[in-house]
Amino acid sequence: MSTIFIDNKQYEVKAGKNLLEACLGVGIDLPYFCWHPALGSVGACRQCAVKVFRDENDTQGRLVMSCMEGIRDGLHLSVNDKTAKAFRSQVIEWLMTNHPHDCPVCDEGGSCHLQDMTVMTGHDYRRYHFKKRTYTNQYLGPFIHHEMNRCIQCYRCVRYYHEYAGGKDLNVFAAHNHVYFGRERDGVLESPFSGNLVEVCPTGVFTDKTLREHYTRKWDLTTAPSVCHHCAVGCNTIAGERYGQLRCITNRYNSQVNGYFLCDRGRFGYEFVNSENRITQPIIRNQAVEAVDETSLLEHLRTLLTNHTVIGIGSPRASMESNIALMQLVGRENFYQGISDNEVFVERRIEEVMQSGVIKAASLQDIQHSDAIVILGEDIWNTAPVMALAVRQGVMKTAAQHALENRAIAEWHDAAVKEIVQQEKGFLANCTIGASPLDEISSSIIHKAPEDLARLGFAIAQRLNTVLPAVQLNDEMSTQAAIIAAALQKAKRPVIISGAGLYNEALIRAAFDIAAACKATATEVHLAYVMPECNSMGLAMMQASGFENAVLRASRAKNVAAIVLENDLYRNMPAQITDVFFNNCQHCIVLDSLNNATTQHADVLIPAASFAEGDGTLVNYEGRAQRFYQVFVPANKNMQESWKWLMKMRLIQSGAAIDKPCHPEEVLMMGEQLLPQLKGISTAAPRRDFRVNGQALPREPHRYSGRTAMLANLAVSEPKPKQDGDSPFTFTMEGYSGMPPSPLIPFFWSPGWNSIQAVNKYQEEPGGSLKNEHAGKLLFEYKRDATPVYFKDIPEAFVVRTDKWLLLPQYEIFGSEELSVYSKGISERSPAAYIAMSALDADQMSLVNGSLITVKIFEQLYELPVRIHANIPKGVVLMPSGLPGVPAMAWNSWVQIISIKL
Amino acid sequence: MISHLRTMWLVFIHLFRKKATIEYPEEKVELHPRYRGRIVLTKDPDGGERCVGCYLCAVACPVDCIALQATEDENGRRYPDFFRINFSRCIFCGYCEEACPTYAIQLIPDFEMAEYNRQNLVFEKEDLLIDSQGKYPGYNFYRVAGLEAGVKKKGEGEHEEKPVDVHSLLP
Ligand code: SF4
Ligand code: SF4
Ligand code: SF4
Ligand code: SF4
Ligand code: FES
Repeated sequence: MSTIFIDNKQYEVKAGKNLLEACLGVGIDLPYFCWHPALGSVGACRQCAVKVFRDENDTQGRLVMSCMEGIRDGLHLSVNDKTAKAFRSQVIEWLMTNHPHDCPVCDEGGSCHLQDMTVMTGHDYRRYHFKKRTYTNQYLGPFIHHEMNRCIQCYRCVRYYHEYAGGKDLNVFAAHNHVYFGRERDGVLESPFSGNLVEVCPTGVFTDKTLREHYTRKWDLTTAPSVCHHCAVGCNTIAGERYGQLRCITNRYNSQVNGYFLCDRGRFGYEFVNSENRITQPIIRNQAVEAVDETSLLEHLRTLLTNHTVIGIGSPRASMESNIALMQLVGRENFYQGISDNEVFVERRIEEVMQSGVIKAASLQDIQHSDAIVILGEDIWNTAPVMALAVRQGVMKTAAQHALENRAIAEWHDAAVKEIVQQEKGFLANCTIGASPLDEISSSIIHKAPEDLARLGFAIAQRLNTVLPAVQLNDEMSTQAAIIAAALQKAKRPVIISGAGLYNEALIRAAFDIAAACKATATEVHLAYVMPECNSMGLAMMQASGFENAVLRASRAKNVAAIVLENDLYRNMPAQITDVFFNNCQHCIVLDSLNNATTQHADVLIPAASFAEGDGTLVNYEGRAQRFYQVFVPANKNMQESWKWLMKMRLIQSGAAIDKPCHPEEVLMMGEQLLPQLKGISTAAPRRDFRVNGQALPREPHRYSGRTAMLANLAVSEPKPKQDGDSPFTFTMEGYSGMPPSPLIPFFWSPGWNSIQAVNKYQEEPGGSLKNEHAGKLLFEYKRDATPVYFKDIPEAFVVRTDKWLLLPQYEIFGSEELSVYSKGISERSPAAYIAMSALDADQMSLVNGSLITVKIFEQLYELPVRIHANIPKGVVLMPSGLPGVPAMAWNSWVQIISIKL
Repeated sequence: MISHLRTMWLVFIHLFRKKATIEYPEEKVELHPRYRGRIVLTKDPDGGERCVGCYLCAVACPVDCIALQATEDENGRRYPDFFRINFSRCIFCGYCEEACPTYAIQLIPDFEMAEYNRQNLVFEKEDLLIDSQGKYPGYNFYRVAGLEAGVKKKGEGEHEEKPVDVHSLLP
């Protein structure tokens, strides 16, 4: 800690920071543009000027950029000094000479950092009467809208896109007073993290194109804290609604998980909520009038549930509440995970390893601070995008730390640090099947078949702990194993990442063995297993058996009624198996939010609320239980959370009356009783009766407009506001208007700070944790002294077969996830089906890119265009997983190539 | 006593003064142009809808009686998809007019809006839009904005330079 004096007032601030951070940290409003807590300082915008004095007797002082000046003990500075103030307002005035008269039609308006800073400096009247500079715009794809006139040349976009996220196709062009920020030519921004430009850019140059389709100002949104449903990372988001439609997703800062950034799938994948394909009406099929109301539906269900053996099929994308409610309804022995046995087997192993508590689960924060990272067999770029972004930061930060050793340069001094670092990188070993953009920053790049990767993993572990059994590897692999082992041995905070993506259990064991072996030399070891879907870990923790067992059960037992919870079984299982299941079930009750192949088979179809219309809890890959809150009450009363429907079914099954509503906490507590491993999940968020000074928390900002007109076309008298019994939130602007505790932040706002940069005010220090941060509940307990039990059975090496290829999944960030493809932009970015193979294999058959080949997978023929990848190992073919319209494949099976059309 | 008589005298002489009241509705009141009565949405000199759907009037409204939804035409011109004022809530404060950056929403000297049925006081865009520039002739926001929305090309607006040539390194 250092003592500094700001305008003669004494403050204790953290040493090693810069003056801007210090001022913002103690709550002083100081304008800035180019500095960003995640990007550091470059001193480009000259907006953050303050006066620094030599000592307490100095009255003259000198102007400095506060973001470029480190804290010194006893330093005197002035923010309110007349010259400093005048300087800051002149800088804005200059920036504004070219600024277009656009606020009314600018999507940034109302959440614009430039507006906020202009007001903060007091510049309010245009004195410059000459002409304004103009630019033409570019088409940047379905996610980002470009309006270059509004640029203030702060360089944040390029620094973020290029340096932070590793994108290549956005840069600065031209020179001096007419620099241009964009692409070399019109075209889709390639980086899957491009959406963050919307928040990084302090002006309206880059704005959310999907929001534009149904534009709403920030102050008019009804928002609630949410959790991204599009992968297992569980990034924290803010979801906003207006007029009964979900309008946008913005980032919800959280120091442990996603920090400042989201991926494009998470940010732009929300539109499935507004999709035409939503299920809106309860239906009982095969009767004269199929559409029914709630009463007749429940009446029908009463007979079904009492006269049949009821089994439940859970879902990795449904909330914990819904899965627990289903398990409670059908009984533990009748509950099945709606995923294949293979997947259950792998995930069971992951869960067991994490449950053992030998190794700590790696949060994204841990990954960012790691000094050596090994990725074993998981294509995290496509399956857990923001984790890939965190890995990149880990690599870059390690390089920066090396560079700064023995140098008196602060970490935030971004340009200086980059200058010293040059091309240096921290250690990253990317051991996967195929290439990924992470290869560019990897020290070791290995692309092999899953078994070989697992063997490599065991070999690394063996080099770290020689007691383990040795693995026979060829020279090349054995050198690689030695290099990786050496890097891990030196590392203080290594992170090992693997996952369920390849359905290979040996990889899980190998990753564990490496992590466990690292424990001897490292101060802290972390392990992350990427799971396939947003609540896969939660479902795995329920330890039920896989879908194949349910199929068996249905074919043996007579009289089975199955309840399928938010799960398109045809995506997880080859159609032959799923068809058998539906043919054998007497009745099938399906709850889901979107129509899909499974809902076609439903005898009873029940509309389920999406994440925006309901409450729930998800367990992310690290076992972190996080609550997402209902954003709005849908006009259609039939759309209820699955767990609400299931709890009602439970009541009618037992013949009780549905008299009192049931709340998420009660369901979670039931889960804790049913499954002790879920202990603590009901404390993931404050209770629904949580109040601040006796007040609930408003979902709407105090400037929310149109309350007395928005429904006046239906009835001129305003209806009673909707009540929420399930959470501490109100659906109006009434309630406590101060800063809520961290899991209950519906929007970031502070007086004078309307843009997302208001998050500064919610943090302990800029870029630090939120005040009173409570980042979910970690369900796996780390046991420091637990002794690792190594896995010693090493798989056989992969052998290439003649005329047969091992079929493995290739994940696509846009397309492989079920719900997000119902968003227009995401489906536009999703590729058409293909089959990828190694250049060696392709050469042998003289295939070229785009040749059509017919492959036979389990007696089914598919004709697909070929993509040739230099990096895929020989003997393996990859097909995109989960694309809409492409049926589920039997991964890890052997396929034949039947015919070739060149 | 004196004061009572004086008062009666004063009342009496008022009988011969000029009348301040009028025979409404047979006779109409003359109102100042800045009188805050009926709210209208005006058009720009080129005949286009002036409102750009910026939501500023809605947020300025102290009784929250304006609701709208912005949308865009094929040229990128913003306009309200719907625009609703609930006059049964409106207090005719004029804040919306003050907030409007495009002179679109204006309060005009007409107060004859009474209705028997409160529901009829809910006005939609069709009821609000008039074919006139109202009190502020000559202003077209899209000519001064930087945005290109089918009204002028980039660099052709008032006080605008030709668009920058990004391939040039000349000063
Ligand atoms: S960037 Fe901000 S200041 Fe500039 S036009 Fe947009 S809202 Fe207004
Ligand atoms: S486009 Fe935005 S982020 Fe980039 S330099 Fe301009 S104002 Fe800054
Ligand atoms: S990384 Fe995953 S959780 Fe995070 S935003 Fe992307 S899809 Fe959502
Ligand atoms: S303030 Fe004016 S331009 Fe903006 S929405 Fe209201 S009427 Fe339209
Ligand atoms: S924020 Fe300090 S110069 Fe830009």
